Amino acid sequence: MNKIFEVPLYPYQHSSDQDASVPVRHPVVIIGAGPIGLAMGIDLAQQGVKVVIVDDNDKVSSGSRAICFAKRPLEILDRLGCGQPMVDKGVKWDVGKVFFDEREVYTFNLLPEEGHQRPAFINLQQYYFEEYLVNRVRELEAEGAPIEIRGGNKVTAIGTHPDHATLEIDTPDGPYNIEADWLIACDGAGSPTRQMLGLDFVGRVFEDNFLIADVIMDADFPTERWFWFDPPFNRGQSALLHKQPDGVWRIDLQLGWDIDKEEEKKPENVIPRLKAMLGDDVEFELEWVSIYTFQCRRMEKFRHGRVLFAGDAAHQVSPFGARGANSGLQDTDNLGWKLKLVIDGTADEALLDSYDVERIHGADENILNSTRSTDFITPKSTTSRLLRDAVLDLSEKYEFARPLVNSGRLSVPCTYDGSPLNSADALDGPIKTRPGSSCPDAPLGDEFLLPKLGNKFTLLTIDAEAPDVIEEAGVEVTRLALSVKDDKTGALQERYLGDAPSAVYLIRPDQHVAARRPSFDENLFRAAIRRATGKE
Amino acid sequence: MTDLILTPNINRADDFYAELLAAHENLSKEESDALNARLVLILANHIGDRAVLSQAIKAAQDAG
Repeated sequence: MNKIFEVPLYPYQHSSDQDASVPVRHPVVIIGAGPIGLAMGIDLAQQGVKVVIVDDNDKVSSGSRAICFAKRPLEILDRLGCGQPMVDKGVKWDVGKVFFDEREVYTFNLLPEEGHQRPAFINLQQYYFEEYLVNRVRELEAEGAPIEIRGGNKVTAIGTHPDHATLEIDTPDGPYNIEADWLIACDGAGSPTRQMLGLDFVGRVFEDNFLIADVIMDADFPTERWFWFDPPFNRGQSALLHKQPDGVWRIDLQLGWDIDKEEEKKPENVIPRLKAMLGDDVEFELEWVSIYTFQCRRMEKFRHGRVLFAGDAAHQVSPFGARGANSGLQDTDNLGWKLKLVIDGTADEALLDSYDVERIHGADENILNSTRSTDFITPKSTTSRLLRDAVLDLSEKYEFARPLVNSGRLSVPCTYDGSPLNSADALDGPIKTRPGSSCPDAPLGDEFLLPKLGNKFTLLTIDAEAPDVIEEAGVEVTRLALSVKDDKTGALQERYLGDAPSAVYLIRPDQHVAARRPSFDENLFRAAIRRATGKE
Repeated sequence: MTDLILTPNINRADDFYAELLAAHENLSKEESDALNARLVLILANHIGDRAVLSQAIKAAQDAG
């Protein structure tokens, strides 16, 4: 076997920084070359910000880990130039089945809205996800972009200063020091950075264990998400079956609290459990087994001076709802353009405080949803189980109870309602594109809207006049002029106009709406640009 | 906004009460609890109005 997760993709190499007599200062250092650290690095490097990613490992993640990627993160990956290989390789799905005891109680279809370039969800092993991100890093390197991954570099100490951070790094050649104007910690739920800085990470612990097994099998199960409550093969607990590429299936079995983890992980104990679930005649091979417990918690602040936290390092949720990696990618999406403006001196450091406001809002939304799913999946009292079972029994017969069934509320894009960067909504338009929303996609002939947005500020005009370029406070905003005459499917009108005859939107580099009005007003849009960059 | 009705509102209340008891006849404690839980959810859905449901939860808490 020579699987991708066994191949060193960024093996240790001696850096000239290690021979420097004084520590070399870098504009941005990222700790962690997981999905979040890599995406963060790509975003910054694409904008011309010099970035070094350090990781104590040299390979992609072992085992599938995060497997479910939602539409919004795929759109972010498109902006980072690597959405396509993910979608090509990933398994698209939109049907889910819910089983209770021995019965199938109902089927749901995510019924993805038409007119989006990207599907509602794909399943893709984290090791592929990381591999494609590393490929993108290599592509950028080849184009001369200032990005570097240093494998086999373990950060052992961090010093914080008003205008930089210092890092002590251990390598096979011994230790060395570097400095960073900005340090971004993407080093996972157990974040050593967080621990080294003695920062809080508070929330709720769930007393439960889950066994994840990735099995390779030639099975004719459909490409659907199957979720069992209290099935005969795992009494009193839950189970999940989900398809990944290459004939790999994710099986997730709830085990309860009082178990011997090491014992349960042994193949001789895992295999009988899987046989009970899959039937004796299904041939399978175990690729990866892990037992996890989880917590729903977050840091009180994600920004600590020159150190910023993103992904699981900043917030942790249960896996139900696929809100881990998906929300981490939204962190990087939010932080990348802001940091670029601050590094360039276009915006004040205070703009980064909006990263805290907006992404803490996102984290709280995820923690709330994830906690509720967990309370439904693993009832904490006799009465909560009674009500849970009542919902499941009713859902088989009556449609009304189905929305109450909670086997994970799947990740949807976060709307930054109340963000200090938003200008008051001045358009009597659709609620889904109010200020703070991420722009929904729409077809434009053979193309789509979203690839035309992002990476810069855009003034989207729909049947409205406006200058082609506005420059305000050092920020250049270019116009994208559209008309409902070119909107064959009506999606643009439905998503951006509603009953309004025209609209002008100010759209941020992360494709979120900052302001909207029925027509262009120079003073008001200049004010909106200042506000969206933390100047008002 | 409608308010939760806390004055008599059921026609032939004695008949309703007898029907409710009859539904629980011959059920074990567990089955009865499950029936009550299903009934609460069905009635809650029928009401639908979140404010009224909140008032109902509060009224039940206050009377115990």
